[in-house]
Amino acid sequence: MNIHEYQAKEIFRQHGIPVPPGEVAVTAEEAEKIAAKLGTKVVVKAQVHAGGRGKAGGVKLAATPAEAREAASKILGMQIRGLTVAKVLVTPAEEIEHEAYVGAIVDRSSGSVVLMASPEGGIDIEEVAAKTPELIFKEHVDPRYGLLPHQASRLAHKLYPGDPGRARQAANIVRKLYASMIDAGASLIEINPLITTPSGELRAIDAKINIDDNELSRREEIAALRDIGSEAPAEVEARSRDLTYIKLDGNVGCCVNGAGLAMATMDLVKHYGGEPANFLDIGGSSSPEKVVTALQIIMADPAVRSILFNIFGGITRCDDVANGIVEATRAIELKVPITIRLTGTNEDKAVKILEAAGFSAMTDMDGAVQKAVELAKN
Amino acid sequence: MAIFADSSTRVVVQGITGRDGSFHSAQMLDYGTKIVAGVTPGKGGQKFEGKIPIFDTVEEAVRQESATASVIYVPAAFAASAICEAADSGIELIVCISEGIPVLDMLRTTRYVSDQGARMIGPNCPGMISPGQAKLGIIPGQISQPGPIGVVSRSGTLTYEVVWALTRKGLGQSSCIGIGGDPVIGTNFIDCLDAFERDPQTEAIVLIGEIGGTDEQNAARHIREHVSKPVVGFVAGRTAPPGRRMGHAGAIISGSQGTAAEKIATFRENGVEVAERPVDVPGLVASALNA
Repeated sequence: MNIHEYQAKEIFRQHGIPVPPGEVAVTAEEAEKIAAKLGTKVVVKAQVHAGGRGKAGGVKLAATPAEAREAASKILGMQIRGLTVAKVLVTPAEEIEHEAYVGAIVDRSSGSVVLMASPEGGIDIEEVAAKTPELIFKEHVDPRYGLLPHQASRLAHKLYPGDPGRARQAANIVRKLYASMIDAGASLIEINPLITTPSGELRAIDAKINIDDNELSRREEIAALRDIGSEAPAEVEARSRDLTYIKLDGNVGCCVNGAGLAMATMDLVKHYGGEPANFLDIGGSSSPEKVVTALQIIMADPAVRSILFNIFGGITRCDDVANGIVEATRAIELKVPITIRLTGTNEDKAVKILEAAGFSAMTDMDGAVQKAVELAKN
Repeated sequence: MAIFADSSTRVVVQGITGRDGSFHSAQMLDYGTKIVAGVTPGKGGQKFEGKIPIFDTVEEAVRQESATASVIYVPAAFAASAICEAADSGIELIVCISEGIPVLDMLRTTRYVSDQGARMIGPNCPGMISPGQAKLGIIPGQISQPGPIGVVSRSGTLTYEVVWALTRKGLGQSSCIGIGGDPVIGTNFIDCLDAFERDPQTEAIVLIGEIGGTDEQNAARHIREHVSKPVVGFVAGRTAPPGRRMGHAGAIISGSQGTAAEKIATFRENGVEVAERPVDVPGLVASALNA
């Protein structure tokens, strides 16, 4: 789960990481009032779950409250990578002497949290990492001991060599960043940039936290940060039924059990000249109700010209899926052709259920994909 | 032969009385897996299907029934603890089917397991099957048959698809290992490649990957250096959209965007044939075996 910058900054504030003040506005008038209250030049920043918002025009400087109002009216409602901006953060524009990067991530290959820092922070940090990897400093945290104080200090001194004052501040921030990560159940946490003000103080002027979805059931206060309004409604509906749905641009609606098979099915749709309308994984032990929801979500997409079911029964029982299809098509009228491929657990029962309801079923994946792609062209 | 588990492996099922645990224990027994004990805290003294003794702790299952491997079906909230208990009790092979374990918990858990000298497969995986000998997990038994092909995969149902395609073409398997899709797992591609390389029954290896991370790229480079048997790859997710990625740390640490195209290119650079479609895997395997 992604959380917004303003929410991440609140977590930083609670842990004692220095962040500038600021408030969230949902209208241009509110943005103007916040700017007036701050009484200084401000930045108006889109709060949206997409990277590259600065480059997309979602961050604007404003010298006066009136300018803040104008900036907010431009940013609110803007589309960034398919997401509509519904909130802006209004925060003082800081004077920047220097920009550093500090972040931490769960690293798959070492099986540990890795803290990273670079004196070359800012939006081009990935380029810095690719071209001058010697400017990226790392500390691996042994999960048995947690972050040790000397590791935070070592990273801080590499970040600000010959500057013990800033290094001391940075060591503190690194320790608090790690603590924020563990407390929030984050899989990624970043300050980019960590700025130095003209008076030599460090401040986090941007914040990113990705929460591990598996943490949400034991962290109610973090789960409550989810901003449903900022997500696509169909994706929210799918998640409430334990389905994973991602809308894409094509016209072949796909309903598959298992993420890997769902991706392979989408690849095959493309291979045979079609375009998938979505990724949809109905998961393991699928009940008929789940299949009904899945079919409703797919049929709600007006771009869909043909629907493809691809089920390899294991834990998922093919007869459950068949019952779901029959039930769903009784409730809603099917406006587009449906191609059903299923094989594995209770395949025979499923075929009987489907045939009794007037559907036919295939067992060959490639044949079914080809048929669904052809039908989408009509 | 086979890797990690065979017909002599003595299995304890943790969570044997649960909904998933009892269903799949029955299936494993049907397949011929030597299940010697079950563990459900508080249900010690009962029997599963009237014959398999249930204990409160894994330690008792090891002491009384000489269990050497464990399959875990307990809910996510208790799964990390179940893994540690198995490792602490002298279990050598732990197969964790449970999904939903927080990754920060897994960091500690994987260290604990290796500190105890145990191997873990998973979590969030379909488990493994050594066809004709034993299955530890949920891979449907009827889709596989004994033979010379080793299969290792990050997926669940996509693995079944490929195994079934191999079986239909008469290419049986030595072992099929589903290593799981979580970011932090106990056994990775390289561990399985090395085990298949040493296994005399295995003549060729199929590796099924997905988008995300760099495990496939690391495996590809490892194959060039250390694997003499032919390897055929498949990578799912070529059409997955780039996504609205937040944060830079992932790209900084791995130097990679984790795309299918990048993984496929790395396989090919390192001499691994990559199938275009799942159904093309058996053909590539057959020609590699005849080469």
